[in-house]
Amino acid sequence: MTENSSGEAIIEGTVTAGAAPARVGYARLLNDDGEFVAEVPLGEDGGFRFFAAPGNWTVRVLAPGGARAEETVTADRGHTTTLAVSVAAPAG
Amino acid sequence: MTRSDVLVDADWVEAHLGDPGVVLVEVDEDTSAYDKGHIANAVKIDWKKDLQDPVRRDFVDRHGFEELLSARGISNDDLVILYGGNNNWFAAYAYWYFRLYGHANVKLLDGGRKKWELDSRDLVTEVPERARTSYKAQQQDTSLRAFRDEVVAAIGQRNLVDVRSPDEFSGKLLAPAHLPQEQAQRAGHIPTAKNVPWSKAANDDGTFKSDDDLRKLYADEAGLEFGKDTIAYCRIGERSAHTWFVLHELLGQANVKNYDGSWTEYGSLVGVPIELGAGR
Repeated sequence: MTENSSGEAIIEGTVTAGAAPARVGYARLLNDDGEFVAEVPLGEDGGFRFFAAPGNWTVRVLAPGGARAEETVTADRGHTTTLAVSVAAPAG
Repeated sequence: MTRSDVLVDADWVEAHLGDPGVVLVEVDEDTSAYDKGHIANAVKIDWKKDLQDPVRRDFVDRHGFEELLSARGISNDDLVILYGGNNNWFAAYAYWYFRLYGHANVKLLDGGRKKWELDSRDLVTEVPERARTSYKAQQQDTSLRAFRDEVVAAIGQRNLVDVRSPDEFSGKLLAPAHLPQEQAQRAGHIPTAKNVPWSKAANDDGTFKSDDDLRKLYADEAGLEFGKDTIAYCRIGERSAHTWFVLHELLGQANVKNYDGSWTEYGSLVGVPIELGAGR
């Protein structure tokens, strides 16, 4: 975790598919009961960002070809948690 | 009413996207998504610029809606297929909005933009040219739309369903977690509202769950009294339009309204009751 000046509890990261950024895909944020809270499409650089609340969260990534990945993280106000997620590259 | 009266799938769209009399319309929260790539022949509606009054917090008026659809080349006889990102949040909102102004011939693409992308189907950047039409809208059908005072009066009288995430419902968050936390003056929910997050109605790929699963979710698990009037709300009325679609269009509940003022209005009202925590 690093500090941020926004006061928000930020969870962000990038997704790679094989060696390249995953430019098509979605990152979902689930709370610690496994409930869906938010979802964003991945950016051109495979990036995503959430503004959460302090506590434990799960980031689930969906990508073409049925690719999936999950990471659990802790978020805190005024801090940014950064993830590097990799999914299987689409076949072909 | 069968599901195919209100929903189409991607195969149907691929087979019909060239049909005269069928218009694909993309509506997203991220209004730049269409520009990066959209389904062939789809036109864009910007939920903010095109559907909202620029000054008042309200929708464009009837004439404004007529002008918008005429400019997009949509005619009264066209079958409009709506789709978009966020699991069709804004596409469902546009669907409800089209129905508000009397366009009955409208359907959603199940799964929206996300499923289309995850299935690796084609997206194009060409913007279609459609000849201008002379679209005529109805007066707003307010049997579908709830307003502030009616919502306060509904406490303890009608089903109130809050479709935000559990953390917004309880007051832990003020906005969905992909947005900075701001907006209403206070956090929490309308007393007696049941929390059924909109996401429970959809699969991971954005498609709607089956009618049986949906009935079980709302009636059995959440305790909504089917047959009683229902008002759905969220933060600005777009996720609740998704749930309105489920209850009114898929499950055929007769009296369901979307409260588009939603929490950004209710949570800033002076003097109304607010409840915190997980609810009963």
